[in-house]
Amino acid sequence: MTRQDTLRINGREYAFQPGDTLLDAAKKNGLDIPSLCHLARATPTGVCGVCVVELAERPGELVRACMTPAESWMTVRTESPCVVAERKAVIKRFLDSGFHNCAVRGADSQDWTSFQMAVQASDGADDLCPAWGDCQLQELAYRYQVCGDHFPREGEYPRQSVNPFIFRDYARCIQCGRCVQACNEIQVNMAIDASMRDENSKVTPLTDFPLANEDCVFCGECIQACPVGALVEKGSRYTVRPWETTRVRTTCSYCGVGCQLWLHVKDNKVVKVTGVEEVGPNYGSLCVKGRFGFHFVSHPDRLTTPLIKEGDGFREASWDEALDLVAKRLGELKETKGPDKLGVLTSARVTNEENYIAQKFSRAVLKTNNVDHCARL
Amino acid sequence: MTNPIKDVEKADVLLITGSNTTENHPVLSTYAKRGIAKGAKLIVVDPRKIPITKHATLWLRQTLGTDVAWINGMMRVIIEEGLYDESYVTSRTVGLEDLKKAVEPFTPEKVEEISGIPADQLVEAARLYASAKAASILYAMGITQHTCGTDNVKSLANLAMLCGNVGVEGGGVNPLRGQNNVQGACDMGGLPNVYSGYQAVNNADAKKRMEAAWGVTGLSDKPGLTVTQMLPAAHEGEFSALYIIGENPMVSDPDLRHAEKCLKALDFLVVQDIFLTETAKLADVVLPSLCFAEKDGTFSNTERKVQRVRKAVDGPGEARTDWDILCGVASRMGYPMAYENARQIFAEIGSVTPTYCGINYERIDSDGLFWPCTGTDHPGTPCLHMDKFSCGLGVFSAIGFKPPAEMPDDDYPLYLTTGRVLYQYHTGTMTMKSEGLNAQSPECFVEISQEDADRLGVAQGDLVSVASRRGKITVPAVVGDMTEPGTVFIPFHWAKQAVNLLTNSALDPIARIPELKVCAVRLEKAA
Ligand code: SF4
Ligand code: SF4
Ligand code: FES
Repeated sequence: MTRQDTLRINGREYAFQPGDTLLDAAKKNGLDIPSLCHLARATPTGVCGVCVVELAERPGELVRACMTPAESWMTVRTESPCVVAERKAVIKRFLDSGFHNCAVRGADSQDWTSFQMAVQASDGADDLCPAWGDCQLQELAYRYQVCGDHFPREGEYPRQSVNPFIFRDYARCIQCGRCVQACNEIQVNMAIDASMRDENSKVTPLTDFPLANEDCVFCGECIQACPVGALVEKGSRYTVRPWETTRVRTTCSYCGVGCQLWLHVKDNKVVKVTGVEEVGPNYGSLCVKGRFGFHFVSHPDRLTTPLIKEGDGFREASWDEALDLVAKRLGELKETKGPDKLGVLTSARVTNEENYIAQKFSRAVLKTNNVDHCARL
Repeated sequence: MTNPIKDVEKADVLLITGSNTTENHPVLSTYAKRGIAKGAKLIVVDPRKIPITKHATLWLRQTLGTDVAWINGMMRVIIEEGLYDESYVTSRTVGLEDLKKAVEPFTPEKVEEISGIPADQLVEAARLYASAKAASILYAMGITQHTCGTDNVKSLANLAMLCGNVGVEGGGVNPLRGQNNVQGACDMGGLPNVYSGYQAVNNADAKKRMEAAWGVTGLSDKPGLTVTQMLPAAHEGEFSALYIIGENPMVSDPDLRHAEKCLKALDFLVVQDIFLTETAKLADVVLPSLCFAEKDGTFSNTERKVQRVRKAVDGPGEARTDWDILCGVASRMGYPMAYENARQIFAEIGSVTPTYCGINYERIDSDGLFWPCTGTDHPGTPCLHMDKFSCGLGVFSAIGFKPPAEMPDDDYPLYLTTGRVLYQYHTGTMTMKSEGLNAQSPECFVEISQEDADRLGVAQGDLVSVASRRGKITVPAVVGDMTEPGTVFIPFHWAKQAVNLLTNSALDPIARIPELKVCAVRLEKAA
């Protein structure tokens, strides 16, 4: 590594790649410069101002880390007094701009847990923000100990829930533009038009007209991109709070793209799905099926016990009875008709391990190569 | 896919054919759309005005089942105008002379006659494809589900090799797998002719290795039957028992009435699934299994990337993993099979499957690996055929045009093609459990052109009966410009109005894939 490739951040030397912004360089080195409007994989817009940092070479002058290319002469201060003062002002402006009632006021006298407890106690009030506990603005407000002191009047901003998947609450939009970029630059659906700002100059997704607007395909990229509670999953709004869930990482079970998902689980139920942002093939993106099509998992129609045909219907059976019957009948037919009159149709839906066992079962136990799956269909 | 998904964004030219990418592989389509936003050119060849045509530089609309003709036609232009990659062809392929002869009859005018693609558009598409430094071909069932499906695939491979697009970043011939683990089911030997890792059952060495690994003797070296052969054999009384795992042929198979007869003719049918599907209802024994969210394992995606599946919730009632159930049956049949967990099975897979042997759960914990991965220090293989084809030189195949098995006539004057919609998945057993998805796409429909609608006196939303030689369904009409006059489209998700009552079960002679994408139908306004 040459000396060209390093710069100083908060007094230490760090490496960066040519083309990195200061924000990239910090991230790669595990340093946390807060950001709000910056969306990975999209062109930086620099509209929020949260990521400001100071360069020692230019005292008092602040630059936006997400927009500033890293250069080796730079000595960066990410938390100097003037940086913190500016960040606080920015955060305060955002808090005052909308209905950010996440009880951050007065938070300065409490620790995080009692703060959380106090808000949990009042949960259920239908005006507590649904993104509570999963909001980047709230996190920043807590980190920098900023309180808002102004709420917009009741009804000043519209709420919209006309489509089946997405709930929009304009009172909480901070106009960071990430949803617009998510739609236009990442998913390239062009369903949210940045110029389509309403009289309150809030970003207005065209999905106000879900049936008329053919461009919205409900991929939910905008929800995942929204740093606050302005765009949320309708299905889990208010019914599921982030602190009640655990997440498990897995692979989507629909198409062959194999998107990486987080399943959010509450009380042994999948209640929400989000995309894993760090790895391919999807880097956080999902489609409507992957994000919103999880209800089958806990559907009451799921089979729960073996069934044996009786007359025109079925009766429930124990595993022992059912497996004994299957083994006996297959054994008999293998004996009387021959192994090649038997076959297994394995599945493009089940795991590799299960497919391997299915072919092993056909070949080693039934002694036939009559094994196939529905790839052809 | 020969190339990884991220390569799609790096292509200079994309050729998408027989793939409704934005609806069926939505996240993959974002790579294509981002590439196009940055300047890549897109050629779509599809009979329907699918959403990705909005992003296309050129959209060629071919008559159903005429793919060999337009692909040969493009190659003829490329050869005639000397636009092919000569050094690539010389150093990495054989058979150009045969190819030249085979494509000779496919002049742009001749192709127009067969496929309906205007001659000048074909020439333009050929020049555009050949002009690319790296061009990627994406295709799906619209290419394969034909009686000439194998020919279609080989033709696309010809085209890609001719222009030096196989084994380059941003290029390739990339089939998009419709179901999450089609790739894995094939890799694992869920095919009648191969063990895991595509080791042929009639290869004596492979057989010996598997016998030793599995502790058995007398493995059959006779390739087995495909599903599309087993069912008719049952109908003929030549096939007795079928064990179906997680598939629903009673909605997905062609010519369902016939499929039902076949399944009913079996002496014994076991169905293992998460729901009581249309197929399960016909079973003698139904075994409840766990779904992806309830078990550990791996899936291999369409780019050959092996990724983890992890248990997030407990399953309902007594449901068990598919492997555990199979082990239970095997043990009862006198072949004890027992594993502690999926990890142990995966280790066994690696030990008998050269292409997977370098992969283990530790290595794919935070990110998957692309097979072939032949050692624990092997980085995996995102892009195939980089320096040479895995089988040596690439061979051009000389392919002629054959029309579909069933063509429109006086009794059944319209072409029918089938496919999927964004909001539903395969036979709907999973997606139809989500209210939101059903709200977006509640029911089956038939897409019909304004011209055909006018002729039949059908208005938007009218119920229409659609009949083929094999069956009849009644569905509402969606009138518009998605299909061209003479062709209608019906998605296959819905069991109640199953379009596969109408489709043709004629098979590709090699791949044994049914011709789900073309048959002849008659439409009438329903009384
Ligand atoms: S809706 Fe969310 S993502 Fe979109 S501009 Fe507002 S705050 Fe940003
Ligand atoms: S989220 Fe959508 S695109 Fe991704 S694997 Fe699932 S079905 Fe395919
Ligand atoms: S993150 Fe840099 S300006 Fe918003």
